[in-house]
This record gives sequence, structure tokens and C-alpha cells, in this order.
Amino acid sequence: MYEFEYQKPSSLSEAASAIKSADDGSLLAGGQTLLPTMKQRLASPSDLVDLSGVPGLSGISVVDGNVVIGAMTTHAAVAASADVKSNIAGLAKLAGCIGDPQVRHRGTIGGSIANNDPAADYPGACLGLGATIVTNNREISADDFFVGLFETALDDGEIITAVRFPIPEKSDYSKFAQPASRFSLVGAFVAKTSNGARVAITGAGQAGVFRVPAMESALNGDFSAASVGSISLPSDDLNSDIHGSADYRAHLVTVMAKRAVDGCG
Amino acid sequence: MNATGIGAAVKRKEDFRFLTGQGTYTDDINRPGQAYAYILRSPLAHANIKNIDTTAAKAADGVLAVFIGDDMAADGVGGIPCGWGVNNKDGSAMAEPAHPALAQGKVRYVGDQVAIVIAETYTQAKDAAETISVDYEELPAVINMEAALAGGPLVHDDAPGNMSYDWGLGDLDAVNEGFKNATQVSKIDIVNNRLIPNAMEPRAGIGEYDTATGEYTLYTTTQNPHVIRLLMGAFVLNIPEHKLRIVSPDVGGGFGSKIFHYAEEAILTWAAGKIQRPIKWTAERSDAFISDAHGRDHITHAELAMDADGKFLALKVSTKANMGAYLSTFATSVPTYLYGTLLAGVYSTPAVYVEVKSVFTNTVPVDAYRGAGRPEASYLLERLVDRAARETGHSQVDLRRKNFIPNDAFPYQTPVALAYDSGDYNASLDEALKRADVVGFEARKAESERNGKRRGLGYSTYIEACGIAPSAVAGALGARAGLYESANVRVHPTGSVTVYTGSHSTGQGHETAFAQLVSDTLGVSLESVDIVHGDTNKVQFGMGTYGSRSLAVGGEALMKALNKITDKAGKIAAHCLEASEADIEFKDGQFSVAGTDKSMAFSDVALTAYVPHNFPHETLEPGLEENAFYDPANFTFPGGCHICEVEIDPDTGTVSVENFVAVDDVGRVINPMIVEGQVHGGVAQGIGQALLEGCIYDESGQLTTGSFMDYTMPRADNIPNMDVGNTVTLCAHNSLGVKGCGEVGAIGSPPAVINAIVDSLWGLGVRDIAMPATPQKIWQAIATAQTSQAAE
Ligand SMILES: Cc1cc2nc3c(=O)[nH]c(=O)nc-3n(C[C@H](O)[C@H](O)[C@H](O)COP(=O)(O)OP(=O)(O)OC[C@H]3O[C@@H](n4cnc5c(N)ncnc54)[C@H](O)[C@@H]3O)c2cc1C
Repeated sequence: MYEFEYQKPSSLSEAASAIKSADDGSLLAGGQTLLPTMKQRLASPSDLVDLSGVPGLSGISVVDGNVVIGAMTTHAAVAASADVKSNIAGLAKLAGCIGDPQVRHRGTIGGSIANNDPAADYPGACLGLGATIVTNNREISADDFFVGLFETALDDGEIITAVRFPIPEKSDYSKFAQPASRFSLVGAFVAKTSNGARVAITGAGQAGVFRVPAMESALNGDFSAASVGSISLPSDDLNSDIHGSADYRAHLVTVMAKRAVDGCG
Repeated sequence: MNATGIGAAVKRKEDFRFLTGQGTYTDDINRPGQAYAYILRSPLAHANIKNIDTTAAKAADGVLAVFIGDDMAADGVGGIPCGWGVNNKDGSAMAEPAHPALAQGKVRYVGDQVAIVIAETYTQAKDAAETISVDYEELPAVINMEAALAGGPLVHDDAPGNMSYDWGLGDLDAVNEGFKNATQVSKIDIVNNRLIPNAMEPRAGIGEYDTATGEYTLYTTTQNPHVIRLLMGAFVLNIPEHKLRIVSPDVGGGFGSKIFHYAEEAILTWAAGKIQRPIKWTAERSDAFISDAHGRDHITHAELAMDADGKFLALKVSTKANMGAYLSTFATSVPTYLYGTLLAGVYSTPAVYVEVKSVFTNTVPVDAYRGAGRPEASYLLERLVDRAARETGHSQVDLRRKNFIPNDAFPYQTPVALAYDSGDYNASLDEALKRADVVGFEARKAESERNGKRRGLGYSTYIEACGIAPSAVAGALGARAGLYESANVRVHPTGSVTVYTGSHSTGQGHETAFAQLVSDTLGVSLESVDIVHGDTNKVQFGMGTYGSRSLAVGGEALMKALNKITDKAGKIAAHCLEASEADIEFKDGQFSVAGTDKSMAFSDVALTAYVPHNFPHETLEPGLEENAFYDPANFTFPGGCHICEVEIDPDTGTVSVENFVAVDDVGRVINPMIVEGQVHGGVAQGIGQALLEGCIYDESGQLTTGSFMDYTMPRADNIPNMDVGNTVTLCAHNSLGVKGCGEVGAIGSPPAVINAIVDSLWGLGVRDIAMPATPQKIWQAIATAQTSQAAE
């Protein structure tokens, strides 16, 4: 780790100005991605602006048909939340299969989606549920938020404050973990919403999380595992590495999507 | 049975310290005036070093010194030695290229040591290292063994063809004769995957030089302090033993990877003398991946000749063994004397021939890792026997039983040098069959199939050689050291006991098992016994812990010393009780005169030994302390049967280990709980090798699996609840009858797991699956088999 300045602002506006005025600052949430990267000297921020002292960034509420989750809410809190479990079962399940207990008690939803690791789980839920990402400046729909590998629509220094998930009729997440890191090799989030079915795949795409329109329209016709079971993706745009060739990932997309549809019950 | 003696499952004395975070590991030690070192490593697999510019680093904040290979060469520092010479088939010596501690002129793997930066803090040293500019001329790297042998770029100019040796063992004519008479031949091609050991505690060291006494001290994470003192003192740094102390405190796992004399140890010790301050270095996990010796990495073709009835007639094996870029301490012995000699297995195959080519590549050096050679042997044999059974239409059990060495054949001379002293292979097979409920397998399989899954059962009836090693045999085979062990028993005046053992510990529980031997022999409580190891200034001498030798060799040395103690104590008791020595009996800690009620407690004898007011000093010396060295008469031969049951999800290729039964014959069991724990750990590592762990290099020699994000260590949820049991035949040549249990789990289990997977997929047309059997590989194997069946 290189040396850095540590700041712990106590309001959102202070945090925003701290990150703006820093040379090359980074917001710090749970630190589960940022700190290992710094320890390996792959990141060297001049300043860490710790969001843990900012009030109002953490917590879960149900408002007007939405589950609203504060950016600093931990994965463990989401997994254990009765509100999330009863309203969006797939989201609670997803949070519960991120990393290990230590990671789930430190890592946050805001940090996860800001980071937009192509193998991360939360982007699947955001896209699969048509969530809205709320920042200190604006609201961004999930369809516009995840731009590419580790890339989002966030401006420099823009702070996610919450994520708003519309409550679907039903949802489920099915994850095939990369054996070593246990991030998703392929994760399928499936939801039946008032605006139709949504299928989002994480882990597999070269450009990160993506939707599968063919599966969505098949599910709109008949919401059953059989209707996605016959749809296979071309492997051209899928990731390939030592843990899974593009062909294997393409195959798993279908299997995981089927299982998620089944899991919707 | 004494409640804390032999056979008692007492809790481990060391666990309170370990589990409450109060162990003292090398990195916990801090010396006054200590500086910190960072070791700069090569980022390239193969390159000439044109120039190293350390000017900026030397001038950086807090930096005390920067040294490179030239500095060590200028001081006449020697290369890192190899501890075992192996000869070629024609009797000529192996190629043994120099192994400088800091690279000289050339780097040969990603991770090769290039410079040491010493500063007031570790961060300063690491920062300064970033300013060192090394002018590398990159050379083509050779990673793959086949390519290395087929005219690939030379790793060492003085190792033509990238070969260290081409070794053979066995009677080739007899084997050829066996094949001539064969009616059936089974063949197999096997890769034994390269593993990265990953002990929980990374390697660390503190070098120190005392200007007042001229004594060097090295604190280091080693399994064998005296061996390091010998190798480093005599061959590398020219420091005599009385001026070199090696301290190895608690060690957090080694599994072999901490046996070897590593370059960092020599660099730290030498540099401490140069700057006259203690220097600490602790590997980061990323360093560990590219600098701890790796394990396994064999490619083998083997053929088994059988008669019409399935009796084995001959076995012929040809293996290529990866050495990595340099010969590590015991690297040369692993694929030869610890592998080739085990290829008879538990079978009475009359003729066996094995040839092994050892190969240099631009990768981390490869050396002993839990089992060292024997897992490679058992994996090969048990996979081949499994296939032979399928091809000849025998059941797995029948073909094995038909070929087992029968109980009345012991001592049994194998065709590959070893002579087994004892064993009962049917007994462990029978016990395992019962525990695994093999009878109920078909019903469980049908149930799996109803759920769209596949189920398989895999067997392994293995043997291994432990208790390393009879010095005469080892010496005749090229070992450059003796492999005995020593023990010193010091009875204190009030009867408490300190044992100094040359067997070090990496957490296996010696402080408990050895104390049980003392408790059993002297009748003292466990609490009044301390076991001391890991410091060359305390312990008389020792060869360390590896090859499941600690109890079978170190424990025997302890028994020898304890027997001397009871002899001497008996003399003292006879004197005190005014009886003849011949009439003295010793039982449950009491010396008594036969046929009388006169007796004396062991602690009173001890006190008298140190308060010898009326000793006849011409015939009775004061004091109660004895020393013994024990050199074993033979290896020991633990063996057993592992049965694994797996369920496979063909949609994803995921394997679930549903049941694992291990029935091992480790001879007499001193502490059943410790034995069970050792088997649990070994099987976990074996399942890790079979299903999860695979070290991968890319073409250019970068380690693709260089972190836990890509190298899959076994975790609790990969490992089933195991059913561990024992059958016992005693070792015939040591007093305790013990054989060793540290490696059986890792040796017996991988073939059982893979055979189970093959069993579950055989019906689909899958004939082989390579380790690690990842979901992707299994899915691919099923897909390929289905495509080729469809084509037929
Ligand atoms: C061992 C391990 C296993 C893991 N397994 C998984 C897994 O299975 N699945 C998975 O999805 N993830 C996994 N993770 C990642 C984990 O979920 C992280 O917690 C998450 O990716 C980042 O969240 P964080 O709160 O720790 O963010 P940090 O590490 O603190 O920050 C990450 C990035 O987000 C930025 N950031 C943080 N908060 C905000 C905000 N409110 N607004 C704008 N930018 C912000 C930071 O500046 C930084 O760039 C794992 C991590 C570890 C260490």
C-alpha cells in the first residue's frame, strides 16, 4: 500500500467536496475491493474519503412499491432483511451468496455497483429488476448505469446514495460460482415484473452484465423453465478464461436461467 | 493403559496456544535494531540481466543497503545446494547447474530473486525496490516439459536438452518378458497436476549477526533447522556450526514446502553480517505463490501386462518430472527414490521397470509436497488398476484382491528395491467396503439418476513409504545426508521432564504425542513434560520433520533415550532401596524390589539423582539425562483403502463428494484423535488436488494462478464428513510398531476421487478425466463423449 490521506466527512455535501478537491481521491465504502487493490499496489489514491460517517446512507425501507436500499448497506444486512426477503426474494438470496461472511459484513451495495466488476452479483439484480441508482446529483436507471467492464455512468466524484428496486411479482437468482474466487462465473437474475419478464446475466459477458431479450420474450409468452431451456446464447461476446470457456459460459447461461425461472416458483 | 499414554486420545497440548493466537511464529519475533527487507523478484520467466541500476534505491528514504548477485559473488558466497544426487541410467552423474541465491547474469523463472533492499521499514524497502531499474534482455521461455525435452530453449547452458537426469529402476528384461507372455495389456496416460502448497503461514526470516561473538542467527520458518544450518553454513556461507544458530519457532504448516533451504535464508543471514543489524523478511502471499517450491507435476505413460486371469505380470512406466528452473533441496529424490520404488504398490507384480526424465523449465522449482513422490505413484497405479479392471471385466475389488501381496509373503521384497515388512491389504479393504456401504451403492445410484444426476464409486488401495530413512539405504541411493533422528531426555530434580527432539513440528501435534510416550514410559503426567524443538542451540541435532518420519524415527529415538533413563533410574533405585539391580521392577512410575513392599517413586529417584549424598561415584554418576540417536532399519509402509462416492450434476459438471471412507494402517496408534486429524487434513489436500487445485502457467511463463482468486484451495464446503478408520499391522522393525500417518490422506485419496468420477461417467463414454476435475472439464468430457458417441 502507498501512503494516502484519510478523511471521514460527516455529511454528504462534505463528502462530495472532499472527493472533488482531492488530487486523485477514492470514496471508501466497505473496502472489500478497494483495500485489496491498494495492498497490491494496483491502486494508489491520494485520498480516501470514508463514507461510513455520512448519516442516512445505510438502511432498507419499503416505499411506494419499491425496496430502497441505502448505498452503505452491507450485503449481510440485505440478505437478512425481512423486507427484502418478503418483497424481492431473489435479491436477498443474491446478497447472501456474495463472498464469505466477513465480506458480506463489510461490503456494501453502493461499493459493489460503483465498482461494476463483470463477475459481481449485484449488477445482475439491478438490471434484472430495472432498479434506479440514486446519487447525490441525479437518478440513473440500471439500463443506463452499467456501461462496460468496471465502468459506470457515474461522473467523477459522484456518490451513490441509494438503489431503488421496484418490487416484482416474483424473482430468483441462480449463481454458478467461479471455483477459486467464488464470484459469479455465470449468474442469472430472473424477475416477473408488471412490465414483463426481465433476465439479466452477470459473470459471462465481455462487457459486463447484460439482458437476454430472447429469454425475456419467451418468458412473456410462457413463464416456465422450459421456455428458456431451448434458448442458447452465441458464445462470441462471452468471457473466456481458465475457469470457463465462452462455450461453457454460454451453456451455463441457459442452465442458470432455467434454474432461476424454476426458483421463482 | 495409562490414561495419558500410548493409545489415549488426549487433547493436544499445543492447541490452547495456537487457538488463542498466542503461538510464536517467526514473524512474531522482533529483534532490537531490526531492519526490514524486500526481495525484488524477476517479472520475466527467462532473461539475461544486462544491467541493474540501484543508485536511486540506495539513495531512497530509509534505505540501509541494496545488494545484488554480484555482491554475493564478490564475497564468495556459494550456490544453493541440492541434497540428493541421482545418477543417469548409464551411471553418470546428473546435471546439477549452479543455483545462485541472487540471480547472476540471468533470471530463470518469474519470482527468481534479483535484489534485496534493506530499509528502516518494510514500506521504505518496497518503495525503493520500485526505483531499481533492471535491464532485461528477454529470452524465449520454456514452460512445457515436452517442449523442453524437444529442443526448447535451454534453461541452463550446462544442462543439455533441459534434462537433469534420465534414471531407471527395475529389470527391463524381466518386464519385457512379462509383456511377451501377457494376454491383456492396459495402458494409461496420466498427468499429475502441479500444486502450490500454500501453508497458512507464509515463509519468513530474520537474519542477525552478533559483532561481539561473531555468531550468526537465522530465525526461519523451516521444518528442519539443523539441515538448514548444515546446508547454509557448510555449502553457502562458510559459517561453522558453532557460530551459526537456526531458530525455527512455531511453524504454521509446511507440507514439505518448508523443508528446503531457500535462497532468502542465505541472503538474509549474509546481509545481516554486511550491515550488522538484524533484518526481517516476511513473504507476502503473492511472493509465496512464485517462490515456495511447488509440488507434483509429472507426465506419465504406463502399461500393465496381465495374464488371462487378470494376474499382473509386469508394469512398465515412463515419467517426465518437472524440476522447475533449479534443483531444490530434495527435488531430485522425489520422482525417483520416493516414486519409482513405490510402483509395486500393494500388488505382487513380479516385474516392474520405471524410467524418469527430470526436466528443467522456466518455472518455480518443484520439490516434495505432502506425500512427495508416493502420491504420484499411488495415483498412477490406482488409476491404471481401475482401468484394467474395467477393460478386463473384473470388479474393482476382485482384481485388487487377486493381485494383493498375501499376508504370508511378508517380509516382501518388491522388484523395485523396497522390502515391505508388514501389511494386511484385505483387512483394510474389507473394513472400507463395510464402512462405505458398497452394498447399498446401486440403490443410491438409481436414486441419483432419478434426479438427473450421476453417481460413482472409486477405490484406491495404496501403500507408501515413511519413516525416512535408513541412512545406509539413503546414502547408497544418493542422499547427501544421514536420515536418523536424535532425542535428549532431561529429567529435572523434581521429576518433570524436558525432551529435546530433532524432529521439528509444523503443527502436527508432536508436543502431545511425544509427551504421551514419556508419560507412558516414565509414568509421569503430560503436564510435567515439555517437548523442545526448533532451535539448534537447544537441540543436540536433528533431521527435522517430513516424510511422516517424526514418530517412526524421532519417536523411536525418544524411546531409546527413555529406555536409557529407566535403566539409569533403575540403578539409582537399586542403590537407594539397597537391592540388586536385577530385582528392580518399574511400573506406573514406581520402582520396587521384586517380592517386597519396598518401592520408590520416579520423582524421588530423580531428586536423588541430583542430590547424590551417598552415591558410589565410581559406579553411579549423578544426574538423570540421556541422549540417543536412532537410525531406522528400514522404511515403514503405511497403506490402506480409500473409497470415495461422488455425485455429478451433468448440467454443470459439478462434483459433490458424497462420502469418503479412509481406512488406513498406520501401525500402532499413539493418539487416535491426532491420527484422525492428520487423515482429515491429508484427504482434504487430496480432494483439493483431485478437484480444485491446478497451477497454470501461460506460454510466456507468467503464473496465471498467482493468487487465491484463481488458484482454488479446498474449503470446508468442498470436503465431506469423512469416515476415518484404522486396521493395524505393526511395523516389524521399530519398538513402537508405528508407521506414520502424516501423508496417507494425501497419498490415498486422489485416485479414489478420480476413479469415482470415471465410474460415474464411464457409461457415457468418458474414459479419463484429468486433475483437477473442475466442473468445466467434466462438462467438456461429457459433451465430447456424447458427440463422439453420436458420430458412431
Ligand atoms: C474475498 C472476497 C470475495 C468476494 N466475493 C464476491 C462475490 O462473490 N460477489 C460479488 O459481487 N462481490 C464479491 N466481492 C466484492 C465485494 O462484494 C465488495 O464488497 C464490493 O465489490 C465492493 O463493495 P465495498 O463496499 O467493499 O466497496 P469499496 O471496496 O470500499 O469500494 C469499491 C469501489 O466503489 C467506490 N464506491 C464505494 N462506495 C461508493 C458510493 N457510495 N458511491 C460511489 N462510489 C463508491 C469506491 O470508490 C471504489 O472505487 C468479494 C470481495 C472479497 C474481498
